Amino acid sequence: MITIYRARRVLTMNPARPEATHVAVRDGRIVGAGSLAELAGWGRHELDERFADKVLMPGLVEAHSHAMEGTFWRYVYVGYFDRMDPDGKIWPGAKTIDAVVDRLREASAKLADPAAPLSAWSLDPIYFGARRVAREDLDRAGRERPIGVLHASGHILNVNTKALELAGLLRPGVDHPGVPLGDDGLPTGELKGPDPMMIASPHVGFDREVLAADELGLRYFGKLCVRKGVTTAADLANLLPQDAVRMMLRVTGEDTYPVRIVPLLRLQLLSGQALIDRALELRKQSTDRLRLGMVKVVADGSIQGFSARLRLPGYYNGAPNGLWYIPPEKLREAYRLALAHGVQIHTHTNGDEATELALDCIEEALRCHPSPDHRFTLQHCQLADAAQFRRMKALGVCVNLFPNHHFYWGDQHYATTVGPERAERMNACATALATGVPFAIHSDAPVTPLGPLFTAWCAVNRRTASGRVLGERERIDVATALRTVTLGAAYTLKLDGEIGSIECGKRADFVVLEDDPERIGAERLNDVRIWGIVQGGRVFPASAA
Amino acid sequence: MSGAPIPVTVIGGYLGAGKTTLVNHLLRHAGRLRIAVLVNDFGELPIDADLIESREGDTLAIAGGCVCCSFGSDLIAALRLLAAREPQPAYLLVEASGVALPRAVAASISLLPDYANDGIVVLADAETVRERAADTYLGDTIERQLAEAGLILLTKPELAEPDERQRTRVWLERYAPVLDCEHGRVPLELLLGAQPATYARLPASGGLHPAYDSVAFDGLGPLDVARLAEALTESSLGVLRAKGVLRDTTGGTLSLQVVGRRAETARVNVAEAGRLVCIGLEGRLDRGGIEARLSGALHAA
Repeated sequence: MITIYRARRVLTMNPARPEATHVAVRDGRIVGAGSLAELAGWGRHELDERFADKVLMPGLVEAHSHAMEGTFWRYVYVGYFDRMDPDGKIWPGAKTIDAVVDRLREASAKLADPAAPLSAWSLDPIYFGARRVAREDLDRAGRERPIGVLHASGHILNVNTKALELAGLLRPGVDHPGVPLGDDGLPTGELKGPDPMMIASPHVGFDREVLAADELGLRYFGKLCVRKGVTTAADLANLLPQDAVRMMLRVTGEDTYPVRIVPLLRLQLLSGQALIDRALELRKQSTDRLRLGMVKVVADGSIQGFSARLRLPGYYNGAPNGLWYIPPEKLREAYRLALAHGVQIHTHTNGDEATELALDCIEEALRCHPSPDHRFTLQHCQLADAAQFRRMKALGVCVNLFPNHHFYWGDQHYATTVGPERAERMNACATALATGVPFAIHSDAPVTPLGPLFTAWCAVNRRTASGRVLGERERIDVATALRTVTLGAAYTLKLDGEIGSIECGKRADFVVLEDDPERIGAERLNDVRIWGIVQGGRVFPASAA
Repeated sequence: MSGAPIPVTVIGGYLGAGKTTLVNHLLRHAGRLRIAVLVNDFGELPIDADLIESREGDTLAIAGGCVCCSFGSDLIAALRLLAAREPQPAYLLVEASGVALPRAVAASISLLPDYANDGIVVLADAETVRERAADTYLGDTIERQLAEAGLILLTKPELAEPDERQRTRVWLERYAPVLDCEHGRVPLELLLGAQPATYARLPASGGLHPAYDSVAFDGLGPLDVARLAEALTESSLGVLRAKGVLRDTTGGTLSLQVVGRRAETARVNVAEAGRLVCIGLEGRLDRGGIEARLSGALHAA
């Protein structure tokens, strides 16, 4: 049976037929987009009028997020900006340290067990001026229970005095660059970097295994996707032990699971041939809603953490260059084996030196294994310059840029990390477009909130939190941004033949909008109201997510 | 935590510098010492097959009571598991990944009270280290690793031309004392910060490598530990490694350890104190000079 949906407007992303009024669906696939008269030719059908006053677009594709965003919502949100939880509740931003403490105190009062840990996330003290959050601040929300608050970057954990005691860190003589000490010679409660965080995190309720792969988190993530109009989302990345894969297969296989998840296997516990073998084994387990077999590699750290690898002239504030997260030989080996076996690799490069290394290694690997259409993708790739985009184009490399960064940390990039000139060229969407490099844009949720329309707004307007337009010339227009969060992102996942546009034969994945994103105006793109999604022909209203 | 902290040596150096060969050599010559080894390099457990008794997940049981584990992405969890083992390992070697900065690894280990840092040894491949240090991408990482070393082991020295080897050695000596390390052969005492009391039970250093000498003192009274520590790093004394548990003039008991040009002291809580052992190259260890520094520190008390 064919269902024909009537809509106020259908934006197809199919350049041959960019607009339609109706779309016909059979067995989860699109049979056509056009007028009712055209689609009626398919035969017996049912006309569904529920979207008659809505705008349909291809389902949004988030090609760099982490399902962990779903996991975090069981903890207390203390971010600076308003944020929507999986149930649709908007949590107002905590604008001061006192507001953070109040939020924690309220949550603490709801916990029956006085010794139970309290966990919170998305703290961003960069907005609180020079003042750092200290254990005494968190003690005001509870001295008897351990409290841990993860920063928005994910790279710093603030804990209270009790948590330091439990972790064995409340002692003089602690000597670690990631553990600042107060005037009393004791840790202030700020724990920077993975090792200091791991010392305390089990005591404050951040269980690593839960964060890595968690059923409830995956379900919450699905709900968030519905609210944000996302029908396909990458989980970038996961160690993907077989237990986790089985759980993901089971959950995504449920008739009511609303999203296609694309988990990437991280080069970490496995490398070399073992990694590629595992990727190939995973690929065989793929289903429609769980696409396995791609690999993620991390080359360097983060810009705001000064651990990204930069070329000359380095960090604007004079900080020493960042860290390599993988030896170049390992990167070369991974690329070569992946090309030989047809496995796609996505590489995290934040700094331009990491981007240059990745391009060098890809070029070498391609000389050994010429591979048209490999679609190796650089993830973040925030500082690439024009010459590097030209190399990407020549090598057939795709890029997934991170415009949300401008809004959240653009002012800091301008003032501190990379300085004005490079801050303005960061995440150079217009250069990617002009050079012809296939590109996507992403949120890196939970680092910034999931929401491709917000990400599109960031790429179109390039506004920072303080309102500065950061790199006017790297802005892209609304139509390009909308194509990027659909077909563009799908292309980097090698799914553009199936999703990303509304055309005959593709999967029936739509985002259902109350407002028309092409007509609401560039400044207001982020205000487009999302009714819900259609995924594989199944209808998921946000109100019921 | 049961009893004294486990001494930890961090082994750094880029890929191919010979860390794996070194670890295999140590495990092969561990005798009855329960050495634990943590390796990182992305999931490989590169231990010679004949040394492995059994395998359980990421942990290999090695003949003679040693264990080898890979820590993947979570060093802290691996350290916690290791400290909970019965019996506890007597020593721990942590093989840092090829691009890791060893001091950061050592600092992280020191966050757990079960462990005590016992020095950083960085391996340098005689044939390639200078080329690597000039590499656009790797140069600063290699130099940072070398600069953090207490001792540098020059590996595969036999593969380099003698002149080139000498130039490399001189170049490396700006960072730390340099020792040749052919096929991973280096005395355990240099890598493992054995407590003085257990030195007696170590295989004689001569048995491993005739080129080393040691001098030991017992029954020492209270002395200026900080001053002694500083003095033992003077390169003229030829001390490559020193370890002591000493009573300080302030009344406390301090551990002292020297690895090459780096010295560290830390307050410890042990009954027996007043011992010191120094190790160096045969013919280069200045016993008289060490005694003089020791008596200087005793008189300062």
